[in-house]
Amino acid sequence: MRGMLLVARRELAAYLNSYWGYAVIAAVLVIDGLLFNAFALGNQPKYSSKVIEEFFYFSFGTTVIASILLTMRLVAEERQTGTIVLIDSSPLGAWQLIGGKYLSAMVVLATMVLATMYMPALVFVNGKVSYGHIFAGYTGLLLVAASVAAIGTFASAISRSQLVAGFVSVVITVAFLVMWLLAKVAEPPLVDVFSYFSLFDRHYRGFMRGQINVDDVVFYLSICFVFLMLASRFMAGRRWR
Amino acid sequence: MIEVQGLTRYYGSFPAVRDASFKIEDREIVGFLGLNGAGKSTMLRVLAGLQMPSAGTVRVGGIDATLAPDALRRRIGFLPEDPPLYREMRVAEFLRWVGQVKGCTRAEVEAELPKVMETCQLTDTANAVIGELSHGYRKRVGIAQAIIHKPSVVILDEPISGLDPRQIVEMRKVVRALKSFATVLISSHILSEIAQTVDRILVIHRGRIVAEGTEAQLSGSLGDGARLAVVVRGKLGACEELLGKSELVDGYELTANGELVDIAVTLRGDKREAFVKELVDAGLGVRQIQDSMGELEQIFLELTRAAGAPAALESKQLRTPQGRESHDPKEADA
Repeated sequence: MRGMLLVARRELAAYLNSYWGYAVIAAVLVIDGLLFNAFALGNQPKYSSKVIEEFFYFSFGTTVIASILLTMRLVAEERQTGTIVLIDSSPLGAWQLIGGKYLSAMVVLATMVLATMYMPALVFVNGKVSYGHIFAGYTGLLLVAASVAAIGTFASAISRSQLVAGFVSVVITVAFLVMWLLAKVAEPPLVDVFSYFSLFDRHYRGFMRGQINVDDVVFYLSICFVFLMLASRFMAGRRWR
Repeated sequence: MIEVQGLTRYYGSFPAVRDASFKIEDREIVGFLGLNGAGKSTMLRVLAGLQMPSAGTVRVGGIDATLAPDALRRRIGFLPEDPPLYREMRVAEFLRWVGQVKGCTRAEVEAELPKVMETCQLTDTANAVIGELSHGYRKRVGIAQAIIHKPSVVILDEPISGLDPRQIVEMRKVVRALKSFATVLISSHILSEIAQTVDRILVIHRGRIVAEGTEAQLSGSLGDGARLAVVVRGKLGACEELLGKSELVDGYELTANGELVDIAVTLRGDKREAFVKELVDAGLGVRQIQDSMGELEQIFLELTRAAGAPAALESKQLRTPQGRESHDPKEADA
């Protein structure tokens, strides 16, 4: 655990010392704000819960993109600059490296996601919306961020450059996103499989509406576990290749 | 003690290191000498625990690299050719972080930090941002990160590459200082550097250890005699007549230099005293005698030739500084 925290601490400092983290967070906040104003609020009268639902709908996209952008450098950059040797020649285990990197990315992503809270707060003050709806929405957003960050961490672990890592992340994430399209044309039992793996359609809509379903939470946590484990196994196996 | 037995390391189907076996005692400075691509870096990376052996065993202080890799890495400090540094960090901050990552407590790192900074001559740059340091200083920070956790073995891959002459001299001092508390392994293809820094040399060629020992031992293992650079006062013709008929001489080169004659000579066996006596008996005034400047280069060429290297390649890459032709038939072959 100590090793993981050491890696996370340095990685966080790297985010704070570079423009990249600030730029991604600023871009997400600007885009979220514009989308909130233009579409979620819109010009037509709406129920507060509908505004909140649409806010979480738009925030899903920006959170996914930010997760990819913030994780693609995690391990690939160390490999590009040669600093991966520092980790490789230390007694740190692969899971400590991956866990530490992932933890730091999650701190930044959580900060970014929670920084959008002023928008639901405006609706809460001026309209009528429950705490539970906002809590469920943010739980969903954080779970999505955690899942895509795990995919990004895996992509970064297996890639030699940040660009390749970003591309691999996009391919895997988009594959999960379009599963619902495959589910529409597939025959049983594949329809259930494709439907289950749909990152947005099957598992996120409930959070948007203020519902927290255990199977959705388990799905997102499973994605995190599988991709972090794959990343960790890949890093550990490098010594033997 | 480092014990390597039958070490082999494959990259795919290519054996970068083949069946290497050797022992290194504590507090020795040992140089790995070889051409580019000979397998030096792979050997060091396996010894440092960065890569696992494909076959064979590596033990450092009794710890097996395959069975207990984490314990092994705690005892080893490693500096690759390009120092692995986080350029945005400050020197002391970076060393504190590395020390903790390598298993030391914060208190242990704080106790060790001033000594390490002094050993690596970094005291004045403790708060400097690493990215703003010169290449020489970054190399020193690289060595500092390798020793901050008090390892018993320090492995330096090409530590002087890219340094200017003054930095090389300073780096030698730093490397020698490491010997006071650790075994030091250095790789280099710069022969003169190896000769000046290490206690013992392991010659690696095409992944195999083809020879090991001190420079003198390696020279002796060739079965040849000494190679000497001699300056005498006398006539060129007299020198030529003497060397031509001498049974001690295997090959020679003469250069007239005013009243003096420069002789580069290879003896049959280490018969330096008898050779000097021959010179004196022939009426030649011996002004200076020393081991040939290119001796280590010669040793290396002989050893790698014996191991089956392409002679033209070796001759090109390891040509002696003088670049002269020789009457030595073995040199002529190269």
